[in-house]
Amino acid sequence: MKSEIAARKAAGQDWLRAVPGPLHAWLVPIAIVALWQIAGGLGWISATLLPTPLTIAKQFVSLGLSGELWEHFQISILRALSGFVLGGLTGLALGLSTGLGKMAERTLDPSLQMLRTVPLLSLIPLFILWFGIGEFSKILMISLGAFFPMYVNTFLGIRSVDVKLYDVSRIFQYSKLQLVIRLIIPAALPNILLGIRLSLGVSWLVLVVAEMMGTSAGIGYMIQDARAYSQTDIVFVGIIIFAIVGKLSDSVVRLLESKLLRWRETYKG
Amino acid sequence: MYGMVSGMSADTLIIEQVNKIFQAPTGNVMALKGIDLRVRKGEFITLIGPSGCGKSTLLKIVAGLDTSYEGNVLLNDKPVSGPSIEKGFIFQEPRLFPWLTVEKNIAGNLSLKQAAVRKKVDEFIELVRLQGFEKAYPRELSGGMAQRVAIARALLRNPDVLLLDEPFGALDAFTRSHMQEVLLDIWQNNRTTMLFVTHDLDEAVFLGERVVIMNPRPGHIRSILPIDLPFPRKRTGSSFQELRTKVLREFEKVEEPEFDTGAGI
Ligand SMILES: Nc1ncnc2c1ncn2[C@@H]1O[C@H](COP(=O)(O)OP(=O)(O)OP(=O)(O)O)[C@@H](O)[C@H]1O
Ligand SMILES: [Mg+2]
Repeated sequence: MKSEIAARKAAGQDWLRAVPGPLHAWLVPIAIVALWQIAGGLGWISATLLPTPLTIAKQFVSLGLSGELWEHFQISILRALSGFVLGGLTGLALGLSTGLGKMAERTLDPSLQMLRTVPLLSLIPLFILWFGIGEFSKILMISLGAFFPMYVNTFLGIRSVDVKLYDVSRIFQYSKLQLVIRLIIPAALPNILLGIRLSLGVSWLVLVVAEMMGTSAGIGYMIQDARAYSQTDIVFVGIIIFAIVGKLSDSVVRLLESKLLRWRETYKG
Repeated sequence: MYGMVSGMSADTLIIEQVNKIFQAPTGNVMALKGIDLRVRKGEFITLIGPSGCGKSTLLKIVAGLDTSYEGNVLLNDKPVSGPSIEKGFIFQEPRLFPWLTVEKNIAGNLSLKQAAVRKKVDEFIELVRLQGFEKAYPRELSGGMAQRVAIARALLRNPDVLLLDEPFGALDAFTRSHMQEVLLDIWQNNRTTMLFVTHDLDEAVFLGERVVIMNPRPGHIRSILPIDLPFPRKRTGSSFQELRTKVLREFEKVEEPEFDTGAGI
């Protein structure tokens, strides 16, 4: 009975075994792209609404070769990174201070928590009024977006330090600095890394919005500009770039996590 | 009666009329009441008593980890105001830093790059029989192995007073008896004052020069029995068994008021 079920199960998965393991995740996307290409090639869908994957790929290559793509890309990356670094570092610094100090917590945290509830995108008109639509305004907006995930998670990480380990470091007479370096930062690291990941994600999101609100360069601008001329294939190229970079930056942090948090014992599903 | 053994000036640790009340939303718990204990320098005291009678609480007060209590605790004639390296502590749980390897946990804030530290750490790793696990993380250790790391970590710092909260509870019988020998060696070589909490009657009699028997609700000292046996002791000897029975009898008297529902939990 049991072996029969096992055999049937095995037969069901036979075709899957023929495909190498790492490709399993790609089966569905490949099938969709293939269908899309066929449908587009047969003229079932309008090329202006949904260009075929092949057209998009060609556009990708030609934009890449002309150097135009690289130019937009550089500017976007620079914006996103400066915003992320600025906001992330401020978030880390303020998270550390409110996490470590009762005084800072009492005076600073309530205001920050209040600000946090304001939807960031609703502030865009205000930013444009105050700072115009220049670089400064964009980077400030991105850093504001990157600030909160970093701040909240750093604070949370510090406050989740185990009191039992704190007692051990008291017995060892750790200095204030040693306490921070040897206990608090390592213990808060999982949360800090999570903060970095979320911050990166938000930076990327705000970047797109910021670049669409008016500028003359950047991937967001490229998309906006192409839309005006109904060059849907370029819109797709832009979206794909955003997706790839977003995924890559996330993977970098994940890699960092697996290196730095090797000591952790967690449920892996 | 024990004043004879411990002359006033020779007492390194003095616990005087210590009361401790835990304030909890469900009501206050009197964890310790009128604790009086004087410990000579280099003396080995074992503390035994049923679960919840305040043994850990007392140890934490002596360590300076808990400073909200009534009464006096003096170490070398000075009131205990906070934790320090001179008062070593082996907790009931290993409490290792999960992000540090075994050797780094033992070294703590000492640098393994220093040859002297390196040598000492290796020495203690060997003493607790963990060779080969120097680079392992705590999650890779069994409960007993982790506890041995915690023991090595405390012993390495060679404290004046060592407070041990059921340190060998998680060890198997073999390792336990080995660790008892190690502890006795260190005690005799370094003249460390030991305050050793245990649940194990044999262990209390095997290690202690005096056995302190505690009673719960509220936690107080029921009696203190001297164990006048020379070291090394033999568990199988008739005098050992006699003393063991004597302590057991005291202990059984302690167990009686278990039924009375006082200010528990
Ligand atoms: N942080 C706390 N808050 C409130 N009550 C506490 C706290 N810690 C201990 N108690 C209470 O104090 C009493 C003594 O606890 P303690 O941990 O000292 O017992 P113990 O003798 O070490 O027990 P065990 O042998 O099980 O370790 C218990 O009744 C417990 O409920
Ligand atoms: Mg206890």
